Formats: sequence, structure tokens, C-alpha cells
Amino acid sequence: MATRKKAAVPPPPPPPPRTLFEKIWDSHVVHRQDDGTCVIYIDRHLVHEVTSPQAFEGLRMAHRPVRRPEATIALADHNTPTTDLSLGIPDEESRIQVETLEKNVAEFGVPYFGLQDPRRGIVHVTGPEQGFTLPGTTIVCGDSHTSTHGAFGALAFGIGTSEVEHVLATQTLIQKPAKNMRVAVEGSLPLGVTAKDVILAIIAKLGTAGGTGYVIEYAGRAIREMTMEGRMTVCNMSIEAGARAGLIAPDETTFQYLFGRPNAPKGGAWDLALGQWRRLPSDKGAHFDAQIDLNASDIPPMVTWGTSPQDALPITDVVPDPANAPDEARREAWTRSLAYMGLTPGTKLVDVPVDRVFIGSCTNGRIEDLRAAAEIVKGRKVASTVSAMVVPGSGLVKAEAEKEGLDKIFLEAGFEWRIQGCSMCLAMNADRLEPGQRCASTSNRNFEGRQGRGGRTHLLSPAMAAAAAIKGTLADVRDFQ
Amino acid sequence: MEKFTTLRGVAAPMPMVNIDTDMIIPKNFLKTIKRTGLKDGLFYELRWTADGQKKDFVLDQPAYQNAKIIVAGPNFGCGSSREHAPWALLDFGIRCVISESFADIFYNNCFKNGILPIKVPKEIIDKLMDDASRGSNAVIEVDLEKQEIKGPDGGTVHFDIDPFRKHCLLNGLDDIGLTMEKKPEIDDFETRQKESQPWLYAAE
Repeated sequence: MATRKKAAVPPPPPPPPRTLFEKIWDSHVVHRQDDGTCVIYIDRHLVHEVTSPQAFEGLRMAHRPVRRPEATIALADHNTPTTDLSLGIPDEESRIQVETLEKNVAEFGVPYFGLQDPRRGIVHVTGPEQGFTLPGTTIVCGDSHTSTHGAFGALAFGIGTSEVEHVLATQTLIQKPAKNMRVAVEGSLPLGVTAKDVILAIIAKLGTAGGTGYVIEYAGRAIREMTMEGRMTVCNMSIEAGARAGLIAPDETTFQYLFGRPNAPKGGAWDLALGQWRRLPSDKGAHFDAQIDLNASDIPPMVTWGTSPQDALPITDVVPDPANAPDEARREAWTRSLAYMGLTPGTKLVDVPVDRVFIGSCTNGRIEDLRAAAEIVKGRKVASTVSAMVVPGSGLVKAEAEKEGLDKIFLEAGFEWRIQGCSMCLAMNADRLEPGQRCASTSNRNFEGRQGRGGRTHLLSPAMAAAAAIKGTLADVRDFQ
Repeated sequence: MEKFTTLRGVAAPMPMVNIDTDMIIPKNFLKTIKRTGLKDGLFYELRWTADGQKKDFVLDQPAYQNAKIIVAGPNFGCGSSREHAPWALLDFGIRCVISESFADIFYNNCFKNGILPIKVPKEIIDKLMDDASRGSNAVIEVDLEKQEIKGPDGGTVHFDIDPFRKHCLLNGLDDIGLTMEKKPEIDDFETRQKESQPWLYAAE
């Protein structure tokens, strides 16, 4: 009997190549409407005291529980004192806000790192430290610097309080997919140039709204050669280019950082997770809607001169002249910025004196940042005209720095060594600039009034901030190495 | 959430670029645990000197004290995710912001609070900014259903908006309520994810 020949089935076409963002997005779609609006699942939620009270209140009014308390971590970071916690929080409004968080987490059963818990820190430092931040996950927080967690290949973005409530209630968000942008930094970073300089150079190139509507994937050799701390610094400031999220493909550096962390998978689950994480990087030929290329060797140590993070220049440059602005709107903005900053066009940036130095924040408050600053500070003294402080990003960063003796280096040089928190990045607690004071700051925003009404902020790397503290003016860190 | 259908009111001009949420509502007003009463903090440092004197900011000028609309420079609402920014605008009486571009998080937050952010091209902003500069005569009408802005001279311009967001604003729909209807799908998602990525559920 003749066997019937099986009809030849053509092999299925290979799946279209996808970006890292698309892979994470696709794997989190719970429901897709015809117009492309999706309900996407949120794996991890970080909650802090400033943007959550109204969300918990909303749940209470609607008699809704928190859907997955264990997918959530809450802590206080914005309002907390950095000098002495034994006295509680002296400012009444700040205290009420933190107490409200404590009441809410108790009522809704959300895991909480209390004021005295050494794991407490800035949410974006604590999350990764605890292994709560994992590749391929979706992570949100009522804080625009949630983009930090993208360093692990997690889709992480800031949300408003209404969305915090939405996530608490449903563990999802209603979203439309973003566009894909690839920013490649090829080559290796020169001496004295750090992740902070790279992201300031990227923002200067892209502009403060250049990333709006995009998720930026950072790639290239300089990014791959960065530690997780450096990658977090880069992704942290994605929002300063307008992008809600930054992403870096997970690799061996990522896995090494995560291995053994409290919330990272263990044993067989680790191997299973690794197998999945290795498939996350963007496929060859994946489509990006925009592509920006930088050469690492062209990036010098950077500093901002104005009141937008895009106002960044090489430290060797001078204060720009509005007469040379590319258009009328920019000319007006530069003029306003210079008046606010009290700067004269043509002044060398290295001649600009500083009154204060702030080393800390979710951008640059990690152990590696403190090590880089300490290396410059060691054996030197803070200029007599400068008041300088170091605020570790978490209690664990603080403990590690003290174990390594970094606190002593800073203290001997004349720095203050503080307790962890957001501190003078946004000056919601007692740490703030006085009107007219000028600060070399490792934080992320130089907006008018950001660090205190009338305060003037220059954004730079931890090593550059340390150099400014010693010299008493903005300084080129390469002169100190 | 209050519905947004049509709005007729004075439009205040704010041509500055990159008006960030720190400017819209400074940090000292973020310590509240309520959504209401934030109008006192709206544009605080632009409206008041450090020693408590009024600065003659546009919203304090007689013509604009009851403004319901802001015509703003590009990249309005950049920076911090604080929803206190739209809460403060709403508390003052602003229900619509028109700009060439908005920062993503702020744009999103507006829709959760019944505020309509309208994106239009630069040439239309230039015209509206000119209209808004006419003081109390700067009455602009916005019709969300028709997606039209009518200027004081009667000329109308069309604007684009995401149909789903439009639907939610027109009907004052509560996002959480809508998503709650998807509960079976969320349950299914979690069942599948727990199977494929059990480590994400290890703490439970």
C-alpha cells in the first residue's frame, strides 16, 4: 500500500526580531484593546511617603485591599532627617507624612523598612540592593527616578499617585507602548570620566525633551564596561532627557550583582531565571525608532551651568553667551538661567566658586560613588569657604562605607557624614541651600529652587564634586588624579 | 473624576519653555496627605518673593485670576512625577493646558484628574499665546467631543487626542473600576507567571 506523502509544511517564519523593551512589554500584557491601549502587569512596586498617602486613602474610601502586598516594598526616604534619627522627625508635616505611611502599611499589610532599619534607603538604592529589582520585570514607583532600575534590564518608570493607587489595587497599569530609542556609547571611557559624565553628555545632546515618548536602551562598549552602580546612574537620569524609562541589557555583570541578594531567586530557581534573563537582550535587527551614537573618548568630565539638566558642558568650557543661543526660545531660557545662577557669560567654569557640596542621591549615593569621591578626598582638606556633606543612599551603603573607612576619610577632610535619605537632592527635609548659595551636587536636577529656594545647583559626578569641595570652585577632577 | 466635555474661560499665557513640576508646585507643599487645598502652592516661587510679597505673576493679574486654561511653552510639566502638580492646577481652577509638548508623566497625570492637556503644533501655540495675551478678553472655548479650540476671534482649530483617553475624560471614568472588570484576566496572568517565574512569588 502506498503511503500517502505528507504535504510539505513550510517552516514557520522566524519571529520578528524584538527589542529588550518589546520583549518585556509583550510578556506583561494582560489585556490589549483594539486601539493598542494595554493593561500591563506590574511585578514590583516601590512605595514612599510623599506620593502614597492619597493612594492609600483612595483604597480605603473604595474598600479595596492591596492586591499583592508581597510584590511591594514601602519605606520613607524623602522627608527623613540625616543628622539624628533618635529624635524622630522634628518637622511636624514631615513626621505626619511618615507616620501616615506607617499606619497605611500596617493596615494594608505592605512590607516596610522602618526608619531605623539599615535596609532603609532611597527607594532606588534599596530596591536593587535587596534583589527586589530583577531583569525582565516591570517596576513602578511614584517617583520619576524609577528609571534607575532599568540598569538591570527591567522596564521601570515613574508614575503619579492615581497610578500608585491603580497598581496597589490591581497590580496593573493602563498604558500604551513607548517608542524605542537606542543610545550607543562606543569605546572606553577616558580617565576621570564616569557614568555621570556620560549621561550628562547624552542629555546635553538629546535635550531635556528629546526622549519624550521613548524608552531609551543604552548600549555600546562603554555601557557594557560599566558596573551596575554606573549603569544605574545612567538609567536614573533618563527622565532628565524626557524618557520615562532607560534600559540596559542584562549580562554577566548584572547576574553577578544579583547573585545571593535577599530577594533574588535561589538554587534551581536561579538557574531557571538565568536561562530566561539571557534571552532578554534586543535581537539582532530589532527596530529602533531613533538611534543616537556617542564616542566615549569624546566625553570629558561634565558640569551643568544652567537650570535644566541639558545645560551641561565640559568642565574645560566657559559659561555660554545667550547671544550664541541657537534660537530665540533658547536665548530667553539661557538669559533667565544665567540671571538665576548669577553667572556671567565667558567665565571659565573652573573659576566658579561653590559654597556647598552635596554627595548623595539616587543618582550617585551608592558605594562606588562614595569610593570615587573618597579617592579624591583622601589626604586633602575641604576648602575653608565650602560646607560639604556626604549622604549615603541607604543604611547598607553607609555601613559598607564605614567598614571600608570611607567615613573617616570624609570626616578628616572636613565633610559631614550623614544618615541615608534623599536629603538635599530635593530638600524636603532640613538639608537645603540658602538663597544665592551655590552647590556642586551629584544629584539629578538643577531646576530653580530644587535644592532650596534661590539655591544654585551644578550637577556633576561624585569625583568632580569631591574636587570642587577641595578647590572651593568647580574643578577638573583630572587635575587631582 | 469630574467629566470634561466643554470648557469656556480665560486663558493665561506662560510662554516659558520647560516649566517643570518643581516650579508648578515646590517641594514644601508635597508634605500634605490630601489632594485638595494645593492652590496656595501653585507656582509659589514665581508668585511670591522670599519675604512674602506678590510678584505680579500672570495668574495674579486681575485679568487672569479666574483663568481656566493655560497656554504654555514646550515640554510643560517636566521633571518630578508629583501628581500634586495637576492637583494644584485643578484647585486653582485650571482644567486645560495647551502646549506644543508635555512631559509624559505629567501628561498622564492630567487625565487622571479631569484636566485636558492639548498638544498642538507651534504655529497654533503662537496664535493662542497671542490670543491669551489679550487679558480678560482672552476667552477660549474647548470642545473635547468635537476636538476643537475656538479662539476669541471665533476661529476654530482642531486638536488630536487618543480616543480612549478622550472617552474616559468625556465620561469621567475611573480607571481602577475599568481595570477591576479585567480581574479574571489578571488572575490568569498571575497563574501563568507563577508557573514560569516562581521566584517572583517566593515571598508569598
